[in-house]
Amino acid sequence: MLDILGKVFGRDEAPSKEIAKERLRLVLVHDRATVSPQFLELIKEEVIAVITEYMEIDTDGVEVSIHSLERSVALVASLPIKRMKRAVKAV
Amino acid sequence: MGEVIVITSGKGGVGKTTTAANLGTALALNEHRVVLLDADIGLRNLDVVMGLENRIVYDLVDVTAKVCRLKQALIRDKRFNEHLFLLPAAQTRDKTAVTPEEMKDLTEELKAEFDFILVDCPAGIEQGFRNAISGADRAIVVTTPEVSAVRDADRIIGLLEASEMGEVQLLINRIRPRMVKRGDMMDIDDIIDILAVDLVGVVPEDDCIVVATNRGEPTALDSTSRSGQAFRNIARRVTGEQVPLMPLEAEEGLIARVRHLLGFGS
Ligand SMILES: Nc1ncnc2c1ncn2[C@@H]1O[C@H](COP(=O)(O)OP(=O)(O)OP(=O)(O)O)[C@@H](O)[C@H]1O
Ligand SMILES: [Mg+2]
Repeated sequence: MLDILGKVFGRDEAPSKEIAKERLRLVLVHDRATVSPQFLELIKEEVIAVITEYMEIDTDGVEVSIHSLERSVALVASLPIKRMKRAVKAV
Repeated sequence: MGEVIVITSGKGGVGKTTTAANLGTALALNEHRVVLLDADIGLRNLDVVMGLENRIVYDLVDVTAKVCRLKQALIRDKRFNEHLFLLPAAQTRDKTAVTPEEMKDLTEELKAEFDFILVDCPAGIEQGFRNAISGADRAIVVTTPEVSAVRDADRIIGLLEASEMGEVQLLINRIRPRMVKRGDMMDIDDIIDILAVDLVGVVPEDDCIVVATNRGEPTALDSTSRSGQAFRNIARRVTGEQVPLMPLEAEEGLIARVRHLLGFGS
């Protein structure tokens, strides 16, 4: 019914500006995600610093990268664990 | 000491030259001393938009190559007494004819004599863009309410921030109130929200701009045109005044409605 009403009033889909905004949002996530290697290196160092408080990791094996998926972009970090600290269990 | 403002966009054809011409005109009308510097080497346009194309003797490259002195290349716009000058781009050279260092020296020299130096930037992000921004204290990024233009504006804003440009402000051009009203055009808030940048003003789509460009008389000279009013408001904001945005939809007065009915445009 709403559909028919929509059609009568010449509105059979979402206002096109909503489509424009959503497309723009996605395209900018992708555009802005093309970050410099230095920036990724910085993130990597900070992530290592935080994680080593809780577990021992193989810092040479750490990888941080940005992955583009179809509808989003993800920061993916791989942190090989060498040993868990006992304190973690207590928390 | 004057200020150098670069007018830039990323995407071509969104209204940089129109903005430079009208902002310069409006500032000059308010008695500021202004130079319009056309940095679009090889595709110069500011001269024709201002109606000064027949007065060119020397150009930007003649100045940087020291073929002539700066003063000799500046074309005085007689409509504004001593307030508006144009430094035209070279038409038969390319963007590499000038270096960023030369542009910086040139704008430094102009700053000593003028209040505002408005640099009309070429489209794109290559050397022409690098040159145009190199002497600038602040930037106005022009966009239209379209996905492609806003996307490119985002890229430019990123590059300007990376180059440590002072203030970066956005100008939204060619807004069509009727389309915004029916939800078929992004509105001001949508765009500002996406780009997260300060707004310097909004200019409506206006037939007067086409007529003005035909004549070589910027709409800022026409006190009745909507776009001219918008540009005069922008000029005041550029000088630090707080000026509210004008309502998008003009209160259609009787005369405007009659004109409209008779087909004199809107
Ligand atoms: N608000 C407006 N209403 C109607 N027409 C406009 C408006 N703004 C600009 N135009 C028209 O759009 C065209 C492109 O404008 P302009 O030359 O200023 O863009 P530009 O960004 O300088 O282009 P380029 O990237 O090629 O240098 C011109 O024909 C101009 O008259
Ligand atoms: Mg132009």
